[in-house]
Amino acid sequence: MNAIRVRGLKKAYKDHQAVAGVDLDVARGEVFAVLGPNGAGKTTSVEILEGHRDRDAGEVSVLGVDPAKGGREWRSKLGIVLQSATDAATLTVREAVHHYARYYANPRDPEEVIDLVGLTEKAKSRGSTLSGGQRRRLDVALGIIGRPELMFLDEPTTGFDPEARRQFWSLIKRLAAEGTTILLTTHYLDEAEALADRVAVLAGGRIVAEGAPQTLGGRAHADATVRWLSDRGYQEIRTSEPTKTIAELSRHGELAELTVTRPSLEDVYLELIA
Amino acid sequence: MTTATLPGTLSLGLARGATELREFFRQKENLIFTISLPALLMLLLGTVYVREAAAGQMFAASMIGAGIISTSFVGLGMSVVADREDGTLKRLRGTPMPFTSYFIGKIVLVFVSSLFEAALLMVVAVWRFDVELPSSAEKWLTFAWVFTLGVISCSLIGVALSAIAKSTRNAAGVLNLPYIVLQFLSGVFIAQTMLPESLRTVGSLFPLKWVCQGFRSVFALNDGYAVMEAAGSWELGKIALVLGAWTIVGLVLVSRTFKWSNTSR
Repeated sequence: MNAIRVRGLKKAYKDHQAVAGVDLDVARGEVFAVLGPNGAGKTTSVEILEGHRDRDAGEVSVLGVDPAKGGREWRSKLGIVLQSATDAATLTVREAVHHYARYYANPRDPEEVIDLVGLTEKAKSRGSTLSGGQRRRLDVALGIIGRPELMFLDEPTTGFDPEARRQFWSLIKRLAAEGTTILLTTHYLDEAEALADRVAVLAGGRIVAEGAPQTLGGRAHADATVRWLSDRGYQEIRTSEPTKTIAELSRHGELAELTVTRPSLEDVYLELIA
Repeated sequence: MTTATLPGTLSLGLARGATELREFFRQKENLIFTISLPALLMLLLGTVYVREAAAGQMFAASMIGAGIISTSFVGLGMSVVADREDGTLKRLRGTPMPFTSYFIGKIVLVFVSSLFEAALLMVVAVWRFDVELPSSAEKWLTFAWVFTLGVISCSLIGVALSAIAKSTRNAAGVLNLPYIVLQFLSGVFIAQTMLPESLRTVGSLFPLKWVCQGFRSVFALNDGYAVMEAAGSWELGKIALVLGAWTIVGLVLVSRTFKWSNTSR
């Protein structure tokens, strides 16, 4: 059984069709990223899966349950990491994590969780004194405290500095390695590429492409660009056989600043949502 | 797979109450404003109004009533709006915590903070205005049930009204305006017998009048002072009835109108 199965999901706000027929399958243990510009329907879709929002049409099954009817048992298997919460401002990290642990039948050890998200030194600090990155790590701590089978991360690293993002990624990889199914939405293509087994690109409320980050949009088979510096400046050749091209070119001697590139995930993505 | 059972609604409610109290007492504005405002008003207004012992007794009783309505109705309503704004409710909704536990936690918060508030007011009243505290167990029993019913019914109404307010900024208006008007209609600052019939009737529809009347019955030097009430008696049975009715109305309103978030569903 898939962790998430969605067929024909639709949701409109007044005249605006936010989600216009989405099909989605996420296998258990998979890390799945939903990419898309602002207003593509990412947050709406995720909130429907979390049971936080009603849908207009479509079949949705999350861990075998319709989110609109999910009870306490179902919720205890989910971990939801919020996007911009500022709650628990006057509680210390330790107090907040210990408190949320009480809601679950079989929580992780709160102290271990604090350590896992790298907040041990901040355990006695109040929520309001944490930096942006530390605050989000507290959100993750509260999201994983109940040993979730499925985690939702909605744009988890927005506003992070590069170092904080790398630390965050390694945390997510660790959770994935433990077998947690993870659905994440993101603006950052490098994030999707670093973390996800599969990605879907959402635009205008529909999925316009889906696949492994390495092959999305026919990336793996696209023409390569061979680029080098000659007496006349930079030269470029687009070819499906870069090895052969380079072999021919290099007969005349060394090629300065030689590179072979394929379209980046970003190139493919920008083409898809255009 | 683990089949351990989820914690009970009541124990989670009490755990929420402990956390709510912890957060409440760490915010200095709560201590200054919520807890000490009735005592401060008693000190200021009492200096002008209280010329004889009986007046001090009545005024202290009314201020305790007004104070618990302030923490339950205004304070609680505001805190629910704040929970919606800062993500507390959204986070809780993603956990297996039952909604009832959230509400039990809020009642615990209001109950304990109102007790602190009432205690501080009584200290001021005794120290500055020589107010005599009730001496019989029967009076304290009345105090206890009026206090409890008042807290519960007004908490429910506060939570129900919080659905109207979109942000903490406009919640202050939505919640404070009815509260201030009710104080004038319910005999807190002006004896109800001095109001025209129509205003008295309006005041009698809401809990504040009944809570204050209950406390006045507890603090009156003797039951002869009941003649100063609009009905000429303490009407303890009617107090229980009205507050009970508001509790039921409040429960219905909360279950119908409660909003977990500000965004449309």
